[in-house]
Amino acid sequence: MDADQSSATEGTEYTPQELMVAAAAREIYDGDTVFVGMRLPMLAYQLAVSTHAPNALALFESGVIRDDPAGTFIHTMCDLPNQFEAVATTDMLAVMGRLQRGDVDLGFLGTAEIDRFGNLNTTRVGPSDDPIRLPGSGGACDIACLAHETVVLMRHEPRRFVDQVTYVTSPGYPTDGSGADGRPSPGAGPRRLVTSKATFGFDDCGELYLRTVHPGVDPQSIHDDMPWELKTRETVDEEPVGQTAPPTPDELELIRTFDPEGFWTS
Amino acid sequence: MTVDKRITLEEAIERIEPGESIALGLALEHAIPFAAGHELIRQGTDELTLIGPISDILFDQLVGAGLVSNIQAAWVGNVSIGSGYRFREAIEGDELTIENHSNLSIATALEAGRLGLPSMPTRSLLGSDILEEGPFETYCDPVDGEEHVLVPAITPDWAIVHAQRASPAGDVHLWGNVGVTPQAVGAASDVIVTVEEIVDPSVIKSDPSRVAITREQVTAVVECPFGAHPSPLAGYYRRDHGHYISYGQHTKTQGGYDTWVKEWIFDIEDRAAYTERLDTSLEPVSADRAAEVRYGR
Repeated sequence: MDADQSSATEGTEYTPQELMVAAAAREIYDGDTVFVGMRLPMLAYQLAVSTHAPNALALFESGVIRDDPAGTFIHTMCDLPNQFEAVATTDMLAVMGRLQRGDVDLGFLGTAEIDRFGNLNTTRVGPSDDPIRLPGSGGACDIACLAHETVVLMRHEPRRFVDQVTYVTSPGYPTDGSGADGRPSPGAGPRRLVTSKATFGFDDCGELYLRTVHPGVDPQSIHDDMPWELKTRETVDEEPVGQTAPPTPDELELIRTFDPEGFWTS
Repeated sequence: MTVDKRITLEEAIERIEPGESIALGLALEHAIPFAAGHELIRQGTDELTLIGPISDILFDQLVGAGLVSNIQAAWVGNVSIGSGYRFREAIEGDELTIENHSNLSIATALEAGRLGLPSMPTRSLLGSDILEEGPFETYCDPVDGEEHVLVPAITPDWAIVHAQRASPAGDVHLWGNVGVTPQAVGAASDVIVTVEEIVDPSVIKSDPSRVAITREQVTAVVECPFGAHPSPLAGYYRRDHGHYISYGQHTKTQGGYDTWVKEWIFDIEDRAAYTERLDTSLEPVSADRAAEVRYGR
């Protein structure tokens, strides 16, 4: 079964993006202060606060602070449903100040490229004499530097895993293997990478390792996608590579309430 | 006796000279001054430097019109679909330069400008190529002995803000999230405010905690209903998602942009004619009111 197609489990169909939202939501712990980015993380926060993390607080870089899901579908963090009955609608330095002080437990990041140490690029790809320009950092660099931990979400394509990112937009761990201690910025670095085929952790050296594959994905295909020899969970904590839990029917129902036409999740 | 700063949008934008720098799109996806941007395109004010955290499609529209030489921003694109195609093509063709920021570094640069400081430190950027390629300096702070990044101040010639309402003198009520609006307004030499409604000064003074900008900061006040469309404005209209998606689909080529800009800007007389073209109902779905506020005396 190809994970890029809708997968069936216990009779329930879901898309890879819906599974990513569910997996990302589980990284939010109850009571966390979460810096929520655009797209899938918006849905992940809404799912988490509606299920296992009712006391998670969401900070948005626009200045919005929320403690519950927006009432209806949103494209952006500034849409009126995300401002309506928010905890507060402040300014950027108010929320970035909380981030820089070290008050944010978890931040979400997306990326076009990732290296084996979790360094991310959303600025430009391709050869230097013929680059392809991407939109840039937004708040991603700040979240990568300053959130206590981060979770990275990325569509799973082999070309996105690279030995060296073209541009370090959002720093992960140093490429010398010095791990969290070697980072020049205050945050501890990425905790997790969630792709459309698998989830990954980072070991003490800051190196990516395979934790779980999504239902129907052959673990060997993940190894084949990497330009380096991928570590797996066995070498880190002697646990076998597991299977990612698919979204439950309740989680799916909620995700489809937040994104009723599948704008972000199909 | 206060000075009446009301002028037309055309008159306000005429004050901006080619080659000047403008901060706009300061509340992120909220309250983007699209009407003012479209008037810049009508007037052809060029060689501009654009400053902002994330611009959504307004920067892309100004780039497509050939008006932009330089951008200082954290993110430039189309939030609903990702890429801004006019921006991409201009950067890839070396037609404009960009100083890449993060949201915090652009906010810090404007905050330094607002406070009249040459620079301010941040703990962000360390380990990134934004730091390596940008105008930033690392230093060892004499107080905590740690390495930080100095962000040089940015002091725009102009800030353009769209808000809910203002008095004729330029005292402005703005609510909802405001992004880096306070920083940019404080850092800019001159400020143009477009608003949904000009109101009696007593309305503004009835709720002084809601005043985001005061008269001495403001150069011109323009009444401009629907001036932020297609971005949302708290209390007035929702975001017109379809407009962003349609803009992206129609501007993948410069020829497509040229058709778009003719249809939506050059062939349209003014903002009133623009709003008549819109077929989407964007009324806020809730008429709920905030609790009454009293100040006492």
